[in-house]
Amino acid sequence: MPFYLEVIVCVSLLIGSVFLLIGSYGLVRLPDIYMRLHSPTKASTLGITGILIASMVFQSHLKGFLSIQELLITLFLLITAPVAANMIAKTALHQRIKSLDKTQNQELMEVIRDRETPSTPKDPT
Amino acid sequence: MKVFPMPVHSLLLFVVWLLLNNSASAGHIVLALFFAVTIPWLVADMRDEHPKILKPWLAVRYILMVMKDIVTANVEVALLIIGPIKKLQPGFVAIPINIDSDLGITILASTVSLTPGTVSAEVSKDKAWLYIHALHLDNEAELIASVKERYEAPIKEIFGC
Repeated sequence: MPFYLEVIVCVSLLIGSVFLLIGSYGLVRLPDIYMRLHSPTKASTLGITGILIASMVFQSHLKGFLSIQELLITLFLLITAPVAANMIAKTALHQRIKSLDKTQNQELMEVIRDRETPSTPKDPT
Repeated sequence: MKVFPMPVHSLLLFVVWLLLNNSASAGHIVLALFFAVTIPWLVADMRDEHPKILKPWLAVRYILMVMKDIVTANVEVALLIIGPIKKLQPGFVAIPINIDSDLGITILASTVSLTPGTVSAEVSKDKAWLYIHALHLDNEAELIASVKERYEAPIKEIFGC
């Protein structure tokens, strides 16, 4: 395996792992469920993508033809991650899980759960 | 009864099956053809009407822009997570939206979830408000304006709704 390919694989593996680590660390560190939602939806997208790029380069070199199934995995991840986050947020709101005290616009939580319009609509501009 | 009630989906199924198996052997081509014919035939009655993509080039540009934003979002959220947690000001925001199609709203909500510091939580019943949770909310008006201008406007233009 040529040296430059090894460098590409190593660098993307490292970047991917660092982001996945930070994403998981966020799950431990962030104080309430609504904030914890952010860390797996975002920090892990780039993490998985990095690892899949490494896999793509390595497999393409090994097999001698371009391996694109990893791109499909990334695509599926991009489609499913927001849906999962959305469902978790909805469930948390329905279970009336308290948000952190300093959360702004807490009065919106009731409105959001009932899918109503906000009582004091702000000017759409 | 048409052989291909949903030609685009058939093609997509065929290509995705071959890509997932990373092979173009005769057996997989037969299997892919089988799926490309039967699955659309089974689900054709369940399909919703979707708006057509009116501006494909704008759609491509939108995807590229979102990909760039995802990378920035990842770095930003990672920095927020390792940074001082006590300084974070989380908050809920209601964003007025003006998109008619369900597909457009879905794409907007997914984009918002994937981009910097925001996760979409719910859509109001009348589909006029998108509720999001922001990890760090310092300027509400600016956030609403940026979502509307950066993501909602192009989606409306792409689907013409």
